[in-house]
Amino acid sequence: MINVSHLTKIYKMDTVQTVALDNVSFTVDNGEFVAVMGPSGSGKSTLMHIIGALDTPTSGKYILDGEDVGKLSKDQLAEIRNKKIGFVFQSFNLLPRTTAVKNVALPMIYAGISKKERIKKAEILLKQVGLGDRMEHTSSQLSGGQMQRVAIARALAMNPSIILADEPTGNISSVQSDEIMRLFQSLQKQGHTIVMITHESSVAAFAQRVIYVKDGKIEKDEKNGKKSNK
Amino acid sequence: MDFIELIQSAFEALLLNKMRTALAMLGIVIGIGSVITLVSLGQASQQSIQTQIESLGANLLTISPGAQRTGGVQGAAGSNTSLTFEDASAIESANFASISKISPEVTRRSQVTAGRNNTNTQVIGATPNYAQVHSVKVQSGSFISSQDVAGLKNVAVIGPQVVSDLFGGGDPTGQTIRINKIPFTIIGITASKGGTGFMNQDDIIFIPIITAQKTIFGIDYVSSISLSATSADTMTQAENDAGYLLLARHKISDPAQADFSVFSQADILGAASSVTGTFTALLAGIAAISLLVGGIGIMNIMLVTVIERTREIGLRKALGAKDGTVITQFLVESIILTIVGGVLGMILGIILSLIISSFLSLPPSISIESILLAVGISGGIGILFGWYPAKKAADLSPIEALRYE
Repeated sequence: MINVSHLTKIYKMDTVQTVALDNVSFTVDNGEFVAVMGPSGSGKSTLMHIIGALDTPTSGKYILDGEDVGKLSKDQLAEIRNKKIGFVFQSFNLLPRTTAVKNVALPMIYAGISKKERIKKAEILLKQVGLGDRMEHTSSQLSGGQMQRVAIARALAMNPSIILADEPTGNISSVQSDEIMRLFQSLQKQGHTIVMITHESSVAAFAQRVIYVKDGKIEKDEKNGKKSNK
Repeated sequence: MDFIELIQSAFEALLLNKMRTALAMLGIVIGIGSVITLVSLGQASQQSIQTQIESLGANLLTISPGAQRTGGVQGAAGSNTSLTFEDASAIESANFASISKISPEVTRRSQVTAGRNNTNTQVIGATPNYAQVHSVKVQSGSFISSQDVAGLKNVAVIGPQVVSDLFGGGDPTGQTIRINKIPFTIIGITASKGGTGFMNQDDIIFIPIITAQKTIFGIDYVSSISLSATSADTMTQAENDAGYLLLARHKISDPAQADFSVFSQADILGAASSVTGTFTALLAGIAAISLLVGGIGIMNIMLVTVIERTREIGLRKALGAKDGTVITQFLVESIILTIVGGVLGMILGIILSLIISSFLSLPPSISIESILLAVGISGGIGILFGWYPAKKAADLSPIEALRYE
């Protein structure tokens, strides 16, 4: 569960102050599929960085699974990212010249899980995202949609509290994009919490709830009834 | 990630760019290779000089005339005539426990002929003790005997170099040579002492000392008196015993005014060792510079690698890699680079020093220490020059790193 209250992020460049987030508060419940929408420069990336424990807020509170993430050290943040957050990036960010299985196993390395267990879990996850026949393929041998499936399998590796997707369909064809979104929906049905950043309303339509961000503030926060259970 | 996996993944990362890895390693290979080669050559020449000096005789002390300062004027060593055959006899009859053998010697270079051949060589007037004091062995015939000395005989024992110079080989025992036109009968030939270096101990002729003084050189003094101490521990005692006896005989009360000087084989050895030691250090210093350059090469490559893998580092950090983990990953890579380079350099160095020492006919000398040192140093270079790039990688902000194009 995510609880964000009065979150503010100010960037200081020399004498110029940029307010990226201005007093943002919201809650995401367990098992929710939330899309965060907004134009570029709206602060949605900053919000994602803070929720992803990649950055800390200037003020305000961010509570993830009952833990105050805003006050943790660098190493503690790394541990939060490892155990509680599964990242899915726009540009996939798979290790080059590395097999799908090894990519999926990567986060488990940092949790100290044994090699045998890592491979076993990675294989299960790859089957779950429909890549059971592509385990030993390297990223250059996979299509965009397949690479994103590998990335989703990797995000699931540590069984995180939330899956954080940043423009997950930005680099793939629309057909494959729909497949990825359906995969997210099925993951949500299995009980995963998903927060997705996007600027495409067609993609946001797959979520149950959409938060609109503009100029660092929440403009709208509404349930999305139409497409959510398509 | 356990240790073996860490090494495995570092190897995988290094093998992704084989050419670059090989070039980065080359600096270390050359650096370590030249350190091992040059140090082992230095040690080999040091050993070879030591063996030569030791072959001059065991526990040897040499008393030379007139090397002391007299009233601010110092005569060149050996130019004085203060030592006599009787001085040597006096030391001998004193029967010091510290001294086992005494050998008075007369030395000069002389023209020597045999038939049409002639040579200029070292002629030494010696007593039978010379052979023991200076470890001279006779390969055929016999050395100078007491009868030869007492009987003023014109007999000679010649070195193998003289044999080949004057007779072109064979066994000339019984034949005649002329030293300063005076005929001598050859009674023996010495065994070769491996005469290279500053003093060829095979280019030498021994004749009875009294014969040398009276018949050839017309002198009544000796060039030097060599003493053999009973053991290495009694060297100092022997030096004192002989020194004070001579001071008393020469009626000199102040040792600083002595008209002779005593120096030991250890002194020569020490001087020679310090020269070759300096030489070895110089060579090692030059090699160390190439090692340093190799280290900088490693740092350069690792920095390029860090920049090239910025996104990967960002991703790893986003997925939960701590700063320490990132540092370890990059450090292990650079340490593997340098240690593999170090081992290759070591093999290169061993091969090179074997080849060079066989050309220079030096004894091959590769010490375990220099090998351990090479591997240790290369590992150290890996840490030293890998640290900065690794730290740089760990300090990358994951957000910036993930955005990096």
